[in-house]
Amino acid sequence: MFPAGPEAPCQAWAVKDFTSAGVPPIGPEDHVRDEGEGSIVYADLGCPHCAAAWAEISAGPGTVVFRHFPVASKHPRSPALHAAAEAAGMQGAFFEMVDSLYAERGRVDDPHLWQRVERLGLDLDRFERDRRSAGVAERVRRDFETGIRAGVTGTPAVFDACTLLAVREREF
Amino acid sequence: MIAAGEPAPDFTLRDQDGEPVSLADFRGEKVLLIFYPLDFSPVCSDQLSVYQEVKPEIEARGVKMIGISVDSGFAHKAFQEKLGIDTPLLADFEPKGEVARAYGAYLEASGHANRSLVLVGEDGSVEWAYESPTPLDIPGANLIFDALASS
Repeated sequence: MFPAGPEAPCQAWAVKDFTSAGVPPIGPEDHVRDEGEGSIVYADLGCPHCAAAWAEISAGPGTVVFRHFPVASKHPRSPALHAAAEAAGMQGAFFEMVDSLYAERGRVDDPHLWQRVERLGLDLDRFERDRRSAGVAERVRRDFETGIRAGVTGTPAVFDACTLLAVREREF
Repeated sequence: MIAAGEPAPDFTLRDQDGEPVSLADFRGEKVLLIFYPLDFSPVCSDQLSVYQEVKPEIEARGVKMIGISVDSGFAHKAFQEKLGIDTPLLADFEPKGEVARAYGAYLEASGHANRSLVLVGEDGSVEWAYESPTPLDIPGANLIFDALASS
């Protein structure tokens, strides 16, 4: 796909397209909770605003689609948490992990993640392998990139039928 | 607001470390000037943090980013550290807002710049300029890539 050799990843990085594009519709790769009309949420697992909004968003009627939008410069732990959620998702527990991470924001270091994995009855060895895999990092980055192209500049950003409904209320 | 095709007014401002930075230093390179209202307001924090996440892609297109607000260099230093960003932040501090005024990005009633982006070309002329409808609206990073794709 890309030229082989040590320079290939850098070239791939440089040629990505970040020009404006609508929010992709819900697809087979998406993490979807419940059914019916609903919303697409770009959220950061390290973001306190997202944590505060998550309970409300996920309790509402209809579908909630979670898309990864980790802002690592602001929340350095976020990439690891998104990878953990994705790895839990590979064992069928994506939203359980997201709920738990948002519910206990003070307990997000590795030992706390392992405790969650055991509590959820997941395979810890597999979780450890998966969360560090290139595939998981790429999966998280793909969501992030669609958010950038859709103009997401803050989290949580909630879209309905691909139209931006609201970004969290802000002070100025 | 300044428009594409106009010469970008030169300036020399001090950065977060007190070092003078002039627009003329970047002649031969593209520079994106990011005017924003104030350090430590939640909206700005999101804007510069999100731009930081795509900084490698912006730089891969030969563009340097610079943030400018009316805050002091000391505030800029703390703000950079809080956000975990390394985009230089220039202090448009004294005379207050002089550079923002020169670019037509200053809001007199509020005493700070509006949220505005100005892409300065290699020859020192404005290639693209964007002013947010209000300081609460953050221009997405996608707009920067749109401008670079068409410039």
